[in-house]
Amino acid sequence: MSAAQAAAPDALVQVEDLSVHFPVYAGLFKRRVGEIRAVDGVSFTIPRGETLGLVGESGCGKSTTGRAVLRLYEPTAGRILFEGRDIARLGGEALRRTRPRMQMIFQDPQASLNPRMTVGSIIAEPLDEHLSLSRRERRDKVETLLDAVGMNPRFADRYPHEFSGGQRQRIGIARALALDPAFIVCDEPIAALDVSIQAQVVNLLEDLQQRLGLTYLFISHDLSMVRHIATQVAVMYLGTIVELASRDQLYAAPRHPYTQALLSAVPVADPHVEATRSHIILTGDVPSPSNPPSGCRFRTRCPVAQPRCAEAAPPLRRLSDGRRVACHFAD
Amino acid sequence: MPDAPHTAPVLEVENLTTVFGLRDGAVHAVNGVSFSLRPGELLGVVGESGSGKSVTMMSMLRLLPMPPARVAAGRVLFQGRDLVTMDDESLRRVRGPGIGFVFQDPMTSLNPVYSVGYQLAEPLRAHLGLSKTQARARAAALLALVGIPSPEARLDDYPHQFSGGMRQRVMIAIALSCDPRVLIADEPTTALDVTIQAQIIALVKDLRARLGMAVVWITHDLGVVAGIADRVLVMYAGQVVESAAVQALYDNPAHPYTRALFETLPSVTGARRDKLRTIAGQPPILGAAPAACPFAPRCAEAHDRCRKANPPLIAVGEGHAAACWLAEGAR
Repeated sequence: MSAAQAAAPDALVQVEDLSVHFPVYAGLFKRRVGEIRAVDGVSFTIPRGETLGLVGESGCGKSTTGRAVLRLYEPTAGRILFEGRDIARLGGEALRRTRPRMQMIFQDPQASLNPRMTVGSIIAEPLDEHLSLSRRERRDKVETLLDAVGMNPRFADRYPHEFSGGQRQRIGIARALALDPAFIVCDEPIAALDVSIQAQVVNLLEDLQQRLGLTYLFISHDLSMVRHIATQVAVMYLGTIVELASRDQLYAAPRHPYTQALLSAVPVADPHVEATRSHIILTGDVPSPSNPPSGCRFRTRCPVAQPRCAEAAPPLRRLSDGRRVACHFAD
Repeated sequence: MPDAPHTAPVLEVENLTTVFGLRDGAVHAVNGVSFSLRPGELLGVVGESGSGKSVTMMSMLRLLPMPPARVAAGRVLFQGRDLVTMDDESLRRVRGPGIGFVFQDPMTSLNPVYSVGYQLAEPLRAHLGLSKTQARARAAALLALVGIPSPEARLDDYPHQFSGGMRQRVMIAIALSCDPRVLIADEPTTALDVTIQAQIIALVKDLRARLGMAVVWITHDLGVVAGIADRVLVMYAGQVVESAAVQALYDNPAHPYTRALFETLPSVTGARRDKLRTIAGQPPILGAAPAACPFAPRCAEAHDRCRKANPPLIAVGEGHAAACWLAEGAR
């Protein structure tokens, strides 16, 4: 552990070779017939106070990664260093004591807020679980949190259905902030919201990060929003990271053929640009993670694949400009 | 009218008004929408959720449950005949061969208990009177047209055996099955990943060029519209607030709402803004036909007149109109 810490002294979260495999059972005796390799050897580091954007298509394992980092899924292998301590094998009370430091904001505020609880009790639930506050302190804390996310403190006695999608997402953010966490996993926090509301929620997340020094893992399939909020971006494909770079490097000149295709597929809101831009259209769908292709996992859809790609899986290697790319032909 | 010259509009909507009569009062969802569609044209319709985009299109084909919905006024002329007053049997013959419809969610729009081949063949047999064998052959040809590999074999598969992008292709194949003059696509790519969205957009561009049909493409994504549309309608509170050719709209948005929509957008190219702009507030739910500009409460440029009278569409250029009192001075 000491070597890893020395390599990145300011790292809040350091994930090393994380894998999450889900077993598949079939047949009369429910025998284990295989496994879905949702996450297969993922490594990244998030410095304190920064945001790592994790992007990729649906089913690429980005949400599973986020949940495994918080130990909401059991990692099959790998280490998760949080504030310098490996939490991948932590259990029981020790794990419970680290929970307040790391929280999550979910995709669907409709489904992640209990419709039978008032907003006040939703936000106070983590406080009840981890602290012993007096009634008065609890009430004050809830009001402070509502105020921090830009909602009227009097809303504490209302129910989630009385609010719009954007407001509900603010309630979810207030709940995540209740225990003063250092690290928040935002799992597609804006995907269910309207464009104009998305901007409001992203601005709120940025304000809170600056005020409270938060560190985010921001999971999204929206590449333009990730460009706005993230300092580093990791691109995932079929359970592995194919490119990991600083924001400006990645968007200015993507190196992995998958990142290139992904970025070229995002439409630009300018007809002059769209008329001249060439799109890389990938054919087919993402292969099944229970039976990934041999060698490079992207080779079945890659426009520049060579025979070599079927033989050996390219490692995620560092290029001269500091970014990491998993492709035999990137340099 | 069917023998009219090629430039005559294939679809003309005049002052379409739809009201939902609900227990706690009426909701005025569509308020005097007018537009026309020429053969081969692609019309983009944009706006936030709740701006009346989908309800307008569904009112045209009387696909809304009536009651509670009611088309209170207006005409929808398709090849010279009014769909609003047409009897059910004639309307049934327009849906399918005349106007095809692709719904937003490919996961729920296909019937899970029938094979894809059956669902494709159904309109072919009902509308075109094909025999079972003929319908099956054409169904396979349609699947091939939308780019599904080994189409013959996949006819007997059920919707759950297809991925999201493939299901949306099947929906498009069904909508195209009777060679419609007009295709209405309601957020056809919103539920899909960007790489699959790029595939669908390329497919529609190609089909349009080959089959020469007119398309209405509803979306909230101004990027998608920039790449495909000839003309754009911007909707707000059930009204068309701006109508323009795609270049003119993106170069000189005339309505404050259109400008606000552009400003909230982050992008994957160009300069990156430090802070995203937002539109404060939410679209209104109208209990009565709007008597004032419905955008005035959220508009930074609103003045007294905006709160007293609802501006009509005012021409600001060749084929470019905006429903804003400020446009009067700009003329």
